[in-house]
Amino acid sequence: MSKILYITEKVMTLEEKRAWIRLVVAVAAYGGYVVVVLGRAAGRPPAEAPYAAALLWSVGAAIVAAIVAEVVAGAVNPKASRAKDVRDREIGRLGDYVGQSFVTIGAVAAMLMAVAGWDRFWIANVIYLCFALSAVLGNVTKVVVYRGNFPQW
Amino acid sequence: MVKPTRVTNRIRALRFAHDEMTQAELAERIGVTRQTVIAIEQGRYSPSLEIAFQIAHVFKVPLEEVFQYPGSQEETT
Repeated sequence: MSKILYITEKVMTLEEKRAWIRLVVAVAAYGGYVVVVLGRAAGRPPAEAPYAAALLWSVGAAIVAAIVAEVVAGAVNPKASRAKDVRDREIGRLGDYVGQSFVTIGAVAAMLMAVAGWDRFWIANVIYLCFALSAVLGNVTKVVVYRGNFPQW
Repeated sequence: MVKPTRVTNRIRALRFAHDEMTQAELAERIGVTRQTVIAIEQGRYSPSLEIAFQIAHVFKVPLEEVFQYPGSQEETT
């Protein structure tokens, strides 16, 4: 039987690579931020640690790292398809839909914490945590669907 | 509830019958990525009606010869 029936080559589309990159970057950026802030706290309560600069650097570095990684990934493996089709768009929408729930949770939590007079440290950090969870959950969804079945409801 | 698609297809056999058309050639002719053709062939993705008709047109066969769906009798048994 012809070899065309059993193509085993695993080449990801650019959109699948982007999902992987954004997943890894989100985990690394948030993990790095947590390590830095807990290190600065040095045994004190976390809310007393200087966090603002680390948070802004973490967000900025994540954006730059994702852009650079996507450019490099496209240049390193030019065989990978750069096209974006209807399946990519459907998977993208599904991932964004799943991840968006955490953005809403973060916004509502931050609003309630502000009303209740919580320290700014906790308000800023609950928002960042939910952004990170949104990126992780959304991109995990995309990767799982790219690797497996597109769900039917 | 999330469940896998019940749509099956004969794309692999039809490609073989059409001069061993590659997945890349089919993908190019219907305007999708090769990964999408692979996912459709393996039953991991149900294509839109438009893509389904495009695939049938490429092979010059009716839609039913490319895609199948279990009948209602089978569902109730």
